[in-house]
Amino acid sequence: MKFKGRVWKFGDNIDTDAIIPARYLNTSAPEILAIHCMEDADPGFAKKVKRGDIIVAGKNFGCGSSREHAPIAIKAAGVSCIIAKSFARIFYRNAFNMGLPIFECLDLWERVSEGERIEVDGEAGFIVVMNSNTEPFRIHPIPPFMQELIRDGGLMKHLSKKG
Amino acid sequence: MGMTITEKILLQHTDIGEIHPGMLINARVDIALGNDVTAPIAIEEFKKAGGKQVFDRHRVVLIPDHFTPNKDIASAQQCKILRNFAKEQEITHYYEIGEVGIEHALLPEQGIVLPGDLVIGADSHTCTYGALGAFATGIGSTDLAGAMMTGEAWFKVPETMKVIFYGHPGKWVSGKDLILHLIGLIGVDGALYRAMEFTGETVEKLGMADRFAIANMVIEAGAKNGIFIPDEMTKEYVKSRAKRPYTFYSSDPDAAYSEVMEIDAGKIEPQVAFPHLPSNVKGISKVGDVKIDQVVIGSCTNGRIEDLRVAAGILKGRRVAPYVRLIIIPATQEIYRTALREGLFEIFLDARAVISPPTCGPCLGGYMGILADGERAVATTNRNFVGRMGHPGSEVYLANPSVAAASAILGRIAGPDEL
Repeated sequence: MKFKGRVWKFGDNIDTDAIIPARYLNTSAPEILAIHCMEDADPGFAKKVKRGDIIVAGKNFGCGSSREHAPIAIKAAGVSCIIAKSFARIFYRNAFNMGLPIFECLDLWERVSEGERIEVDGEAGFIVVMNSNTEPFRIHPIPPFMQELIRDGGLMKHLSKKG
Repeated sequence: MGMTITEKILLQHTDIGEIHPGMLINARVDIALGNDVTAPIAIEEFKKAGGKQVFDRHRVVLIPDHFTPNKDIASAQQCKILRNFAKEQEITHYYEIGEVGIEHALLPEQGIVLPGDLVIGADSHTCTYGALGAFATGIGSTDLAGAMMTGEAWFKVPETMKVIFYGHPGKWVSGKDLILHLIGLIGVDGALYRAMEFTGETVEKLGMADRFAIANMVIEAGAKNGIFIPDEMTKEYVKSRAKRPYTFYSSDPDAAYSEVMEIDAGKIEPQVAFPHLPSNVKGISKVGDVKIDQVVIGSCTNGRIEDLRVAAGILKGRRVAPYVRLIIIPATQEIYRTALREGLFEIFLDARAVISPPTCGPCLGGYMGILADGERAVATTNRNFVGRMGHPGSEVYLANPSVAAASAILGRIAGPDEL
């Protein structure tokens, strides 16, 4: 389970209102939510982000509401995975349940710049900043059952496949 | 080794012999809650996964409170999904307009959640029910879908942080101020993944509305749940409301805590959380001259009758400052009726306030009080993130009802002592 993409950097305490403002919560359609992804943190983000790109954020990413619209919007915008110093707990759970892989890494944020390309190996458990001689960063590998859940596209799809 | 109240409640809802922090458990849920924003996704997932019948129609609770009375066509569609599902599944606790209220005020008021319960809700402020001595935590729509099917959910048993409040709080210091002060001390991730247990002589004397306000905002410190040890006050509150048996748990004297904090409530003044984080707090004396455009008194944090009485006490015989809007939102129909009967509406109307039907509305920037670019609001709500109440260029200042009412009169952030 590997992800390669350009880095988009965000700071600490990016809340779910910044990820997907409540004024758009009268729908749960992923394609509409994607248009407004990260709108109140970086208004142009949804237009700039390309499929496979990676969000690198500070601590407590996804704090605030329990809205699953937040990981849905990020995933639908094309983001392949998120790396943050830490995640708010409901977001952490929701991201995996939506099939959006996320990783905790304390050191990457200070050592990577926006626009750099990184490769995340979710099985072996490390992150490499491409075209640089920075040492790889250790992350907790995603356990096999969780990889399967992500490949299936989230918890419910995973459960219905298993019957 | 002894156990905390959180550990005891979780253990009681499993078939295993013992639990300890860090352990992953599967547990039975007593109540699974969704609202008009989160339940439509859960219902869709439930159907897609082949769900035919919810695990227990008396224990799945559906509350259309966020964008009701329907704010627009899209919201009306979402509410219709809830209503149709409630009809089809014969859900006992579905509340239509005219009965509905803000979920976290309504469920305790109607005796739907009780001490000792394990409650999950697809709403982050589900943690409010910890005030009753229940384990209650927010989850996403998918977890709700799973629980609607199976009646179970998985949890990582949290470590517990104990917060002891002692001392006698000042006249205008409420539960809201205690929790804002605490969030200011530990930060918005200060209790990440953990349970927060509130105790001490100050807490023992707090009324239920103050306890609800405290438990409500533990999520603003990243906590999984907040909890109070149920006592005589709790018994008084639930005895006339409960329609099923309930259990009072308490923590053992030798229970293990990851951290213990002691806070002198006598030294806390009314708190104001400045934009754009609930942890960005200042005492009212250090606020300075902050002009405001709007005041909102309501929400699952501070929309209870006790909050409205405090606001009315300050607004009585006074008028809202020119060009300032005061919006008052009783959290449930029962609160609305009580406020009407007690004459509070006369006071509010004389003061030039508008009274809204129960709704989450402006708290999350839905409707019924949206801010324009550059506008500032004092709100008794729980979040002040960028764009929370409207335009991304607007600002929300969080405070208790007495500060909110006094600010409405003076047109700037102020405490009641300035009147």
